This record gives sequence, structure tokens and C-alpha cells, in this order.
Amino acid sequence: MKTFKTLTCAAATSLAALVASGPAWAVEIEYWQYIFDARVTAMDQLIENFEVANPGITVKQSTFPYADYRTKVAAAIPAGEGPDVVQLFYGWLNDYVEADLIQPLPEDRFPVEQIEADFFPMVRAMKIDGAYMALPTAVRSLALFYNKRMFKNAGFEAPPANLDELVEMAAAMTQKDGAGNITAEGFTSGMTAQDHHWLREVLLRQFGGVPYSDDNKTVTYNDAAGVAALKFYTDLEQKHGVTSSTFMDEPQAAFKAGRAAMHIDGSFRIGALKDTRGLDWGVAELPAGPDGSKSNYASYWVNAITSKAEGEKFEASVKFMEYITSDEAMQIWLDTVGELPAKPSAAMTEANLADPVFGPFVAGLGYAQTTVFVDESGQRQVLVDAVSRMFLEGQSAEDALAAAAKAEQAILDGYYNK
Amino acid sequence: MSFYRNLSIRQKQVVWAWAFLAVPILFYSVIRFYPTLNAIILSFQSWNLLGPREWVGAENYIKLWHDPVFWKVFRNTFVYLILGTPISLVLSFVIAYQLDKTRLLHGTLRALYFLPFLTSTVAMAWVWRWFYQPVPIGLFNNFLASLGFAQVNFLNSTTNALPAILLPAIWAGLGFQIIIFMAGLRAIPTSYYEAARIDGVSGWTIMSEITLPLLKPTIVFLVVFSSIGFLRIFDQVFNMTTNNPGGPLDSTKPLVLMIYQTAFSSFDMGYAAAQTVVLFAILLVVSLAQLRILRDKP
Repeated sequence: MKTFKTLTCAAATSLAALVASGPAWAVEIEYWQYIFDARVTAMDQLIENFEVANPGITVKQSTFPYADYRTKVAAAIPAGEGPDVVQLFYGWLNDYVEADLIQPLPEDRFPVEQIEADFFPMVRAMKIDGAYMALPTAVRSLALFYNKRMFKNAGFEAPPANLDELVEMAAAMTQKDGAGNITAEGFTSGMTAQDHHWLREVLLRQFGGVPYSDDNKTVTYNDAAGVAALKFYTDLEQKHGVTSSTFMDEPQAAFKAGRAAMHIDGSFRIGALKDTRGLDWGVAELPAGPDGSKSNYASYWVNAITSKAEGEKFEASVKFMEYITSDEAMQIWLDTVGELPAKPSAAMTEANLADPVFGPFVAGLGYAQTTVFVDESGQRQVLVDAVSRMFLEGQSAEDALAAAAKAEQAILDGYYNK
Repeated sequence: MSFYRNLSIRQKQVVWAWAFLAVPILFYSVIRFYPTLNAIILSFQSWNLLGPREWVGAENYIKLWHDPVFWKVFRNTFVYLILGTPISLVLSFVIAYQLDKTRLLHGTLRALYFLPFLTSTVAMAWVWRWFYQPVPIGLFNNFLASLGFAQVNFLNSTTNALPAILLPAIWAGLGFQIIIFMAGLRAIPTSYYEAARIDGVSGWTIMSEITLPLLKPTIVFLVVFSSIGFLRIFDQVFNMTTNNPGGPLDSTKPLVLMIYQTAFSSFDMGYAAAQTVVLFAILLVVSLAQLRILRDKP
């Protein structure tokens, strides 16, 4: 009994010593993101690596369902609770900055010139009043998915290099029944999926237009180039008959079911297609425009330091930000989540460019554009409705685009002229 | 404690009644009345969920008045009501009336009619959404195509989409209304019918002079209940049009869906609150009017 007592006493003493000998400046910071399994796993690994390299700092990850995320962040930070480092969609940045929920990254540790030299140019949307507010670990871009079996049956060796080839090849691979109903699409379409990005940042630019003014406050696509781009898009269904926007409910469903030869989608679709049995698919860069120009659309989630982080927590948060925007972290993110590194130095490696799946997405990043949305679903709806008016009410491309530009300008004005 | 002891029995009863009533009153104050008042206040403010709330006066309501989408949505909401309530009531009454007379497989039939009411609205909406798809996956269009008819655009049409969405909504609510109607029919004393038969009255007169007047409380309840249901329709519309919620071109969008989008896609909470207040007013007026009209003695 006495030995037991001594033993307990010794254990308690050594435990106390252990606790006391830990660094006196031990600090815990909190990291928030929404629940998406691969992202949570990737972040767990990054935190583990970070904690090993920075003894004395612990990072606690909290995750929330996507639907509640914004509300939780908004309620927690002003109350002094919640995250020190937070993940948010790039399109939300302005709202968070205006509400003083996040603070700029310190210039001495994240010099503006350094960021602009290291990261892809689209990250510049995160610069407000000369200071960077947030930085991404990973970015997503678009590419053309194609069904290798349908290509082989039609005798095509390579994916289309430009828009003319896209139309030609899609026509050759579209199958119809006796009544003219499409039973397999040459090309998928759906403004409600990724097509509004393709139209806005890719087709529009390839036909010689520019979607928005430099300060992003004015819609500039209501011109001849805009009409030509919209006309090209709607002609796919109305004139060439190689696609139907309602086919199999969703474009990605048609492609996944092997009923579509070509499909434009984001890198986040890779995971869903990877395990589809019986589907032999490949990825190619988006087709070039009539003048040979290439464009792409990229979007991303960023990490930012909240206004709650002060003193040593701020210092720890800066260190954590430095780590999760490092090349090493980006490669881990790519391997775990399938999202592309946000820096050319990490993305454009030979291994990544040569990768048959990631390669075309990575290449697309080099010339990708980012839309500075103020209300992504509202701005998407404007283009969805424009196409609906043409298909269902017989409106001309000119009128449809003019109405869309007016409606979208109203959304932008409502936001910027508050 | 002596205070309580000195009370009369009647007063003690009142104290106890209030003690028990306090629980639901407190609950309703916190869960219902406070948020309702808060929403009314919010409808005069501008708030994006993140920043502070700012007073904007009646701006949200002025914006609503000039918003063409709102008027379209307003119209849609009443189309759901004006088509949905009478059709579902007539259908359910006819079925309940016939079912009441059927002895063969009565229980099974009743269960079959009630089944859709038990099904999750979301699951049901998705199944119907797939029924409505064009070939090669849509059940109805595959059937039409196999008979050599042209396809019908059920959901991707500004004219067909609303009825196409309303149909499963009516079907889903039918089971409940049938059960209530049957209970109402059973509650009518059979002696009235016997007396009528002895007098040799026609079937139509029995219906219009005995059955319908005596069913009035049931009808009042169902009209109010189903009207509120159709004015608040959301699940069916949202799930059958998730790609383009309330579309195409807002032709199926009800008020609740517009509120949802304004609040949780555009994060314009003040504007959404103003729409909510309007919906609240509509529900209040419609319910009061119906109660008044239908409760009047004939």
C-alpha cells in the first residue's frame, strides 16, 4: 500500500513537472472550415506537420455544415469566440472585410510584391486597399472531360483543340432516336452548372469581349462580342442540336452515365468521376477560341486571420498562415483533396503538368480569370434567365444579353452603392 | 407561502391554471413571438448577416413594390392556392364519399390513399422530378415517345412547370384530407339519412341538404389548413427545380422560396424579412377571411 502511495505521489510530481516544463508561451489557435471530408483530412495532416515544426503552438480545427457556416462565423467572431484563422469562399471576402471580421495579413511577413510574384495572378482579387486580406491554399479551374469510349467509336484520337472542332466532333457523337430526341449528347450544357463561368470568363473573352470593367463595378459584356459568345453557346442546342440543357436532369449526370461525349466541369468533379465503374474518361484543356486564344475560370477558398486574433495568438496565426500557404502544404492538399496548388512553383511542376488528370487543369491555371462576384447565385441566375428567355420565349441573343447586363448591373450597383 | 394559504379555492385554481399556462406562454414568447417581432423590426433594416444592422426605413418595402419578380412570385403563390385548394378538396371529398360506402378492401384502400402523406416530401419530389424528365430517363416522356407522340416539356416550360409541380403536392396531401373527410362523414347521425329515405328524397338533395351542411366544420378546417399549406409551398418546388430554383424564369417560384433565396443565397436579410412580413400578412388575411365566410350560419 505504501509503495502504491509513493508511486502515485511520484507520478503526480513528475506529471506536474512535465506540465510546468512545457513552454510557458504555449498558445492554442482555432481554425474553422466547413465539413468536406477530404478537406478536413488534409487540414488535420497540415496541422500535425505544423505542430511538429512549431512546438508550443497547437491548432484546434472545428468544422461546421456548409449551410450554417457563414452564420456561425458571423455570430462567433464579434463575440470574441470562434476562429483565429478561418476559411472562406473568395466571393465572400468583401462582406467579411466590411464587417471587420478579418484583418489584413502583416506586410512584413506577407509582402505584397512577394505574393504577386509567387501566386497565380487571380489571387489579386484578395487585395483590398493595397493589402492582402486572405490567401488560398488551393484553387480550382475548368477543363473538358471527355468519354474515351465514345471518342474511339467515332474514330477521334484527340480531344477538340478549338471551338469549331468541338462543334464538329460533338455533332458526330450525338445520337438521336427516330423522333429526333437526343439519346446521347455530343456535349453537355447547363447554365445552372459550370457553363455560366465558361460563358462569362472563357467564351466571352475568346470572342473578343471583356465581362467587367477593371474595378469590377460595371458590366461590359453587352456588345457585339458578348452577343457572338452567347449566340455560339445557344447555337450548340438551337442550331447544331448537339446538346440539350435538360438532358438527364444535370450535365454531370449525363457524363457520368456515359451518355455524353464531352463535358466542361471543375477539378472538384475528379473525385466523383474517379470511382465510376465502366466510365473511361480523359481530361483536356478547354478548347481555344476562334482567334486561338485560351482562357479559363478559377475559383478558390481562402484562409484569413480574423480580427479576434491578437497578441501571441496573432503571431501564431501568422505562422500557421505561412505554413498553409507553403509549397509543401499545397502539394499535400493536391494529393488529399485533388485541388490545385495556388502557386505556379507548386502547381506547374513537371509531375503535375504531365499528370493526365491534373495536367490540363494546372495548365488552365496559367491563363485563368477570376470573377469578382458580389452575389454568385444572383449573378448566375441572370445568365440562366437570359438563356431561358431565348429557349422558351424565343428572345433574340441581343435582347437577352441586354436584359442580362441590365439585371446584373443592378445587382452590382446594389452592392457597391450601399 | 401564507399568501397562497389565504387564497380561496377558486383563486388557487386560477393560480394553478396560470402556473401551467406559463410554460407554453414562455415557450411561445421565446420561440415564436420574439423572433416574429424581431423579423418585423429587421424588415426596416439592412443586414447581410455579418455586419451591424442599419436602419433603412421603408426602403425594403419600396424595393419590394417595384420588384417585378415579387409580383410574379405573388401571382404564383396565389395560383398554387387557387388551383390547389379547390382541386384537392373536391378530389378528397369524392374519394372519401365513395370510400365511405365501400366495404370491400376498405382498410387497404384507405391505407393506399394515406401512404403518400407519410412519404417524405423531398423523396417524393425527386421521384416526380425524374418522372418528368425528357427521354431517355423520364417515365412519362419515354411512354409518350414509345407511342410515337412528341415529348412534353414538363418542368422546362414557363406554362407547364407550375401545374407539374402542383400535381404531386395535391396528391401528397390527399390522404390526410380523405381521412378528415371520412371522420366528418362518419360523425353525421345515420338517423338523418334514414328519415330522408323514408321521405323519399333524392340523392342530390340528401347531399346538398344533409351531408354538405353538416360537414361544414370539417370543410372549414380543411380549407384553412390546405390554404395555409399551399400559400407556404416550398419543398416540392425547391426539390423539383434545385438546378434553377423556382424556374424556369421564376414561373414556379412561390413566396417562401423567394424569401429563402433572398436570405440565404443573397444574404439580404432585411429584404427577406420584409417579404416574410408580407407573407405573414397574406396568411393572416386569408385565414381570417375564410374563417369568417365559412363560419357564417347558412
